[in-house]
Amino acid sequence: MNVEQVFREERGRLLATLVKRFGDLDLAEEVTSDAIEAALRHWPVDGVPDRPGAWLLTTARRKAVDRLRRDQAYAARLALLQVEVDRADPPATDALPDERLELFFTCAHPALAAEDRGALVLRCLAGFTTPEVARAYLVPVTTMQQRIVRAKKKISQARIPFRVPDPHELPERLPGVLQAVYSIFTEGYAAQRTDLADEAIRLARILRSLMPGEREVTGLLALMLLVHARRDARAELLEDQDRTLWDQDMIAEGSALTELALTGGHGPYGVQAAINALHDQAEDFTSTDWPQIVALYDVLDGLAPSPVVALNRAAAVAMRDGPEAGLALLDELAGEPRLRDYHPFRAARADLLHRLGRSEEAAQAYREAIALAGTESEQDFLRRRLSVVEGRS
Amino acid sequence: MKYMLMIYAASDQQATCTVEDWIAHEKEMRDAGVLVSGHSLADLVTATTVQVGQDGRRTVTDGPFAETREVLGGYEVIDVPDLDAALEWAAKCPGSRDGGAVVVRPIAEF
Repeated sequence: MNVEQVFREERGRLLATLVKRFGDLDLAEEVTSDAIEAALRHWPVDGVPDRPGAWLLTTARRKAVDRLRRDQAYAARLALLQVEVDRADPPATDALPDERLELFFTCAHPALAAEDRGALVLRCLAGFTTPEVARAYLVPVTTMQQRIVRAKKKISQARIPFRVPDPHELPERLPGVLQAVYSIFTEGYAAQRTDLADEAIRLARILRSLMPGEREVTGLLALMLLVHARRDARAELLEDQDRTLWDQDMIAEGSALTELALTGGHGPYGVQAAINALHDQAEDFTSTDWPQIVALYDVLDGLAPSPVVALNRAAAVAMRDGPEAGLALLDELAGEPRLRDYHPFRAARADLLHRLGRSEEAAQAYREAIALAGTESEQDFLRRRLSVVEGRS
Repeated sequence: MKYMLMIYAASDQQATCTVEDWIAHEKEMRDAGVLVSGHSLADLVTATTVQVGQDGRRTVTDGPFAETREVLGGYEVIDVPDLDAALEWAAKCPGSRDGGAVVVRPIAEF
């Protein structure tokens, strides 16, 4: 790990502490960067201080006082803070207090646009720069800059608080935080960026260390590990993957976490983790425990019904009871508006038609899927399937 | 921090909340010491719009009439510590039920 990476780890923690103290995200971000810059300048020359955390916090505070002296209008708004900054004693121990959970809940607040929450989490908690966040979401830097400025403006002007919701609010608020982290993971997958998926897993680990008792936090971490375990083989469909490429350590960790997540209750992430654990533990595609997977999809459908869940359930039923049974379920879903432009739906249909030997129809369904696919790699993949059906390879 | 809760009623839906619900809601806000002011508005057909042009001439028109499904039916201004508290009061407002909606906006501070 190089120095920058060490600071990336510390950055979220320092930022959270400073937001807590200052109640102002902009000021906290600015002085966090200042303090880390100062550390990068001084530590290689003067050596790492005995209490690096305290050093960073004290430096950041001093920078905040400087900044407030420079900008009187800003200081007036934060008048109380100034007193607090001057009076506050340096922390007694080196360990910075961990206030990242508050920051998670602020960044993923439901009053912010869903698409901005993941971006803020990446920026504030993963220590990404704005250009890095822009690259993660495949948007121009200026667009991301505007989105982040707008979101931060809302946090400060509408006074979105920096607090962990009360236990009675958690069922409403925690899914938003989990969704923000999971969106980083799925974004990473869509863009074939394993580093983003790694980052999402790291964030989920932090979250789990902060909320060890929340089963869905554990379930989310388990789910991402069990999906990510197949990363080196994922260019192929699950049935064609070289299972020796799967990451067994990650599967073991994910499976153990899945059991924890499903002890004494269950939520949608835990159930999805269980489905992926069954896939990861199977010797091969056909010997996978399909009855159990169908049963888990039934549970998931009860917890969080969606056409995509129904689609995946149909594919599992096709493996349990044969392609006709799966196709019948898919045909029932054909009128579903949310699946109309969803290329995996066409691809699943094509796949079952192909297995039934209805090649003409299968080829047509693959062509429809190709036309709907968003990325080039998805299109390439579907074209390869099409050429198999057409007997060209 | 002051927030305005703008209460929009769904014009096509019969409200199930009663006058008593509104009275109880107002009392709860007063007892908690958060209510700054609040009123419900008379029917939209009584609304009149005034505009003054660059030449100083005044235009008065009848309306506006509902072009959207939801009509502003009243407002409350509350003074609470942060947005979470404001959202909590908005959720308690009877106007947020029965297809209605409460829009929460911070009052600008200068």
